Amino acid sequence: MQNKYEILLCAGTSCNSSGGPTIYQNLIAELKEHDLFAETKVTQTGCFGFCELGPIITIHTQNEADEVFYCQVEADDVRQIVQQHLLNGEIIDDLLYIDPETEEKIAKKEDMDFYKYQKRIVLDNCGKIDPLEIEEYMEQGGYQALKKAVTELEPEEVIAEVKESGLRGRGGGGFPTGIKWEITHDNQETPKYIICNADEGDPGAFMDRSILEGDPHSVLEGLALGAYAIGAEQGFVYVRAEYPLAVERLERAIKSAREEGLLGDNIHGSQFSFDVEVRIGAGAFVCGEETALITSVEGYRGDPQSKPPYPAQDGLWGQPTLINNVETLANVPIVIREGGAWYKKLGTEDSTGTKVFALAGDINNTGLIEVPIGISIGDVIFKLGGGIPDQKEFKAVQTGGPSGGCLPADYLDTPLEYDALLEVGSMMGSGGLIILDETSCMVDVARFYLDFTQDEACGKCAPGRIGTKRLLEIMDQIVEGEGRREDLERLKHLSHTIKRTALCGLCKSAPNPVLSAIEHFEGEYLAHAEDKYCPTGVCKGLQKYKIDSELCKACGKCETACPAQAIKGEVGETYEIDPEACTACGVCEEECPFEVISKG
Amino acid sequence: MNQQPTETIEEIFINRGEEEQHQQLEDLLEAAEEGNLNLIAILHQAQNIFGYLPRRVQVRIAERLEIPFSKVYSVVSFYSLFSTTKRGKYTIEVCTGTACYVKGSQDILDKINDELDIEPGQTSEDDRFTLQDTRCVGACGMAPVVIIGDDVHGRVKPEQLPELLRQYE
Repeated sequence: MQNKYEILLCAGTSCNSSGGPTIYQNLIAELKEHDLFAETKVTQTGCFGFCELGPIITIHTQNEADEVFYCQVEADDVRQIVQQHLLNGEIIDDLLYIDPETEEKIAKKEDMDFYKYQKRIVLDNCGKIDPLEIEEYMEQGGYQALKKAVTELEPEEVIAEVKESGLRGRGGGGFPTGIKWEITHDNQETPKYIICNADEGDPGAFMDRSILEGDPHSVLEGLALGAYAIGAEQGFVYVRAEYPLAVERLERAIKSAREEGLLGDNIHGSQFSFDVEVRIGAGAFVCGEETALITSVEGYRGDPQSKPPYPAQDGLWGQPTLINNVETLANVPIVIREGGAWYKKLGTEDSTGTKVFALAGDINNTGLIEVPIGISIGDVIFKLGGGIPDQKEFKAVQTGGPSGGCLPADYLDTPLEYDALLEVGSMMGSGGLIILDETSCMVDVARFYLDFTQDEACGKCAPGRIGTKRLLEIMDQIVEGEGRREDLERLKHLSHTIKRTALCGLCKSAPNPVLSAIEHFEGEYLAHAEDKYCPTGVCKGLQKYKIDSELCKACGKCETACPAQAIKGEVGETYEIDPEACTACGVCEEECPFEVISKG
Repeated sequence: MNQQPTETIEEIFINRGEEEQHQQLEDLLEAAEEGNLNLIAILHQAQNIFGYLPRRVQVRIAERLEIPFSKVYSVVSFYSLFSTTKRGKYTIEVCTGTACYVKGSQDILDKINDELDIEPGQTSEDDRFTLQDTRCVGACGMAPVVIIGDDVHGRVKPEQLPELLRQYE
């Protein structure tokens, strides 16, 4: 590093929305004012991952030990950073991270629990390089794998390396990537296409967005390697329209890769020519499904098709097509560069490598993490995630988004691994982990996901169109207080029918949140359906009557009137309603002469 | 009822005072032909020009691309980001992804309803705001998230909304 100081500033969506751009402007102005601009390199990087603490700035000198990590920086803090830290060499204590347990102030990333347990290979460049500068990616070893492949390796050798690595699809399905490549390679028909699926639709998941924003070249290199392996000359990246920053960075990355000759004709003087175009979605969750995605790339309605034929046989414009997820492709250059044998040492025997997860919900350290596959759910939540805020109890973790399920505390030892999660009725999914504390209602959460998938169901097949609608109606009745005990059986029966008969993955997996909630939280379902009672008080339709104790004159009229004997107390003292006994009939509200009884 | 002779497509635009937008649409369709733009991309840009996708715009696109109107309409109605009704000056997008949901996005929608008397999909009477509940925007660390125009606001509390909305005149 030539500069005296290097300042890295997170420019991901999260930090940008909490003042990142103003901080950058202030920083430049302040450096110029103090004549430090020439000797300081300021880099706007991709997401550091620790979104809870954004905006984040790290300061580096030539000596690595000097790294300082400042968090929750505000625009007004910039002056102090320049004057106190850069000019006087004093660390600003107030901006350091405070370990919630030891209350110690920590200046270095690697000393924080959040980073200590991570293994960042895909996210390595995020928070390190300027995603818009291709040279910075190349300095980290970027595009070497592509060079090696096109100049030294046969396509079959590239595929063999990916197969050797054991890499599995990171979009959720977990299909072995090397085998998918081989099938598409073996199809002799041309032209072939390769598509990067960046339609990251699971609510609560932002892994792919962060990779595209923080290290777009790694995805392009992965695409080029895939194209070389299967024999495609044209690739597409299908990005959802909700990610404007990712689209912008990707387009700039494509432009600079073309300028460097890393996309285009005869790459590295070889016979291999390849180019990439970006296609933008328009808001339809089902387009994450392969066959729907293909019709959307063509510009039409994202209607799924029945499989077979698979995209490898009959894909984009009827041609053989390979579709891989963003994170899968970002792993590929590492596999080729370091070798499949190296890669498979990470993770477990059947699920190799690392996985990026997005932690969100009721957790202290919201953000993006990358861990070796096989780490336990409990370690992620309590070691990296810092546990549950406000001294509340952990209740459940939702994995796999709308296709997955909720797991309660008994399952904290379960490894985050494709097959282990399937066994316990959830799934790895694309990597969203939503943590729920004791105040969350599991019936309401299951209803939320079903409402989502029902709304997003395309309507092509009857189980998806009608079945999910009926399922949602039953759930609505339960949370509105009109449920019956038999509803649980009806839900299960209908769920299994939908799973067996729906056309595509979206609706095949739509009942999963309902089923897993019934399995793990049956008592809560029964409380809603039978006792008309929501234990957490979340479901508004089930809210019970309450007496405002401050205004209550303790006349006792409500106690006499209550047909359920749910009101207890003494005349002249206080009265209370037992929520479990209350049937919410409303008689007490009518009887109260002082109007101090109401729902809520 | 006496059926008037139908206006030409050009007159439809001119009679609505949309001469300028009409020209931009024609330019777009011209460029689309050369640049090999797909239908979704054309609709995105047409929506940028008009603010929404009224029937007349869809008809013109179908005509020019020589595809049935039904095909254009099938795409417009399929994707949630395309709108066939006029929109306010600013779009308020309330993220209803899981992280935002568990952090109270419903309370935010309720508060906006209190303030502006609009439900998702509706536009305020003064044409200032269109409210939309949107799918996860992927800024879960900032939940709950509200996007107004192009500005992303994170960790929004319902009580901040009146002040926040006042900033958009």
